[in-house]
Amino acid sequence: MSMKNRGGQPVVVAASGGGSPSQAAASKKSLSANIAKFRELGLLAFILILAVGVQIRNSSFLTWENINDIATNTAILSILAVGMMLVIITRGIDLSIGATLALAGMTAALTVKEYPGLNPLVAVLLGVGVGVVCGAVLGFLVSKINILPIIATLGMMNVFRGLTYEMSGGKWVSAHQMPDSFKAIATGKVLGLNNLILIAIVIYIVAYYFVNHTRTGRQIYAVGSNPDSAEVSGIKSGRILWLVYTVMGGLSGLAGVLWVAKFASAQGDTASGYELSVIAACVLGGVSIAGGSGKISGIILGSVLLGILNNALPMINVSPFWQNFIQGMIILIAVLINAMVKRGIDRNNLMRRRI
Amino acid sequence: MEPRLLENKREFTLKGFFFQWEWMLVVLFVAMTIMNVNLSEFYWNFDNLRDATMSFLDKAFIVLPMVFIIILGDIDISVGSIVALSSVIMADLYNHGVPMPLAMVICLLVGTVCGYVNGLLVVKFKELSAVIVTLSTMIIYRGIAYILLKDQAAGKFPEWFNFLGWDYVGGVPFILIAFVVFAIGFWYLLHKTTFGRKVYAMGSNITASRFSGIQTDRIKIIVFTLTGLMSAVTALFLTSRMGSTRPNIATGYELDVIAMVVLGGISTSGGKGRMIGAILAIFLIGYLRYGLGLVNVSAQTLLIIIGLLLIFAVSIPKLKLKQKR
Repeated sequence: MSMKNRGGQPVVVAASGGGSPSQAAASKKSLSANIAKFRELGLLAFILILAVGVQIRNSSFLTWENINDIATNTAILSILAVGMMLVIITRGIDLSIGATLALAGMTAALTVKEYPGLNPLVAVLLGVGVGVVCGAVLGFLVSKINILPIIATLGMMNVFRGLTYEMSGGKWVSAHQMPDSFKAIATGKVLGLNNLILIAIVIYIVAYYFVNHTRTGRQIYAVGSNPDSAEVSGIKSGRILWLVYTVMGGLSGLAGVLWVAKFASAQGDTASGYELSVIAACVLGGVSIAGGSGKISGIILGSVLLGILNNALPMINVSPFWQNFIQGMIILIAVLINAMVKRGIDRNNLMRRRI
Repeated sequence: MEPRLLENKREFTLKGFFFQWEWMLVVLFVAMTIMNVNLSEFYWNFDNLRDATMSFLDKAFIVLPMVFIIILGDIDISVGSIVALSSVIMADLYNHGVPMPLAMVICLLVGTVCGYVNGLLVVKFKELSAVIVTLSTMIIYRGIAYILLKDQAAGKFPEWFNFLGWDYVGGVPFILIAFVVFAIGFWYLLHKTTFGRKVYAMGSNITASRFSGIQTDRIKIIVFTLTGLMSAVTALFLTSRMGSTRPNIATGYELDVIAMVVLGGISTSGGKGRMIGAILAIFLIGYLRYGLGLVNVSAQTLLIIIGLLLIFAVSIPKLKLKQKR
């Protein structure tokens, strides 16, 4: 334990940009970067092999239509993965996003049911607003009252889910009750690309800029890799935590509206358990549960892999009842491999220190 | 962290005695009872109160070992899935001709193995939090249950199997007797044995515990294994109560169980809390559910109430701590 901490400390300093970049730190960075690169290449190779394998079994897999299908289906997952990555980087976890998604989706659906003439953009904003409020409440509980993220989000998950049922009276809002303009949010196309894909791409570009090129974005990593030293170096970590959960809530709200528009139905149990898939996408993409690390390119690959699996398993006649198991095994193996790679890095760092 | 925890005997003061979380629970319990009595005329009835235990005590078996896990500062969210998997395997074996008593033993074994796997993973991969380990095993265990039983129900158990969930021994529900026996056992284990003291020590400071010669890995594995075993006990009672099983039974049990433990005053940061608090919390939530159910409060509203109770229970001690500083 103590050794690991000693090994980890210099990396933290390098990441927050405060310390003197000694020679050792520089070479260490390149080493871990190499392994990380290898990791992503490995994931990419796995995706390609999987795709080719499925293609051999079922030739309709790699058609333009199906690829478009996969991308559309993965869009919502990948949007949520961005928020979840930020949360996990700060050493947190958010189990409430499925419930937030359902609540925001239901709010939007009930509103457009009452006012069919409403501009769909207003519905989207409404959903995002609901999500932001939910996220802000969570952020408050985690950052100000210091409740463990898993407990806070587990509790609020129930509250949000219960509110969704209360609001709808247990009834569904189904396709015929939604105006076409609302459903068009998910079916419309711009330049041949489905809106969902487009929205996901925009979010990824913004997120990439945010986490890599803004001060707040870098502070998220600093808070995650070492909360104490982040606090000491003047970062308001409470505010960062609050921000992260609010962003997660906002993205869940957005995803809620997109989900309801895509499936043209809002139910009390919409997306229940979806948080697990999102966490899986992050973990597969190399986001470390211990906090402090995770890359946008990683979660893209993680989401794509899950999306392909969801699409490919039925195509090669794998029973849907195996999907849970396969997904769970993949998460577990990915987490364990992450841990082993981290151990390797730490061991190498220790060796290096002796010289 | 706080050296006071390691003192053998705390100074006894009347103020200290009454300003305990457990008394707060007693007060809450009385308040809840008064509310329920006013809500429904059917609440204050010995037979009803007695029989209500049969419907809420099933998950209480998991609460007992979960107290240990939370005191260790860990968490296990795979318990609901373990209940489902062990129940499904038992039903599947029985329907394939295995005699029921043997199937029940295998049910307990399955739970134990699941718990052991959790413990092993948590101990072997210390850099991973128990959250993520049990999150993935939660999906895997339920996944296996789905593979075995698809989307169907399995049942048609022998007549005598109903005994566990429905029968009385000397006018007392069997499940209540079983719970009391287990509760005393776990209370003894936590408060009267060196094992229990070690668990507290590990929850306060695991590094210091290891350096002072406690076999931390072994204790952690035992605690997780016990949780798996008790989940299987829950599976027995729940399956008997329902008369059949499905891969999706006991969904969300982890939340209920953790809510009860946390409401019982066991600190999620580890090292603090007592068994009696968790036991009080079981009955508090159980009778709250029962009472509100009598006046037709929907399951969804109950979800909200339990969620808020959980948040409330974890917030209070934190707020008090802040004021002290």
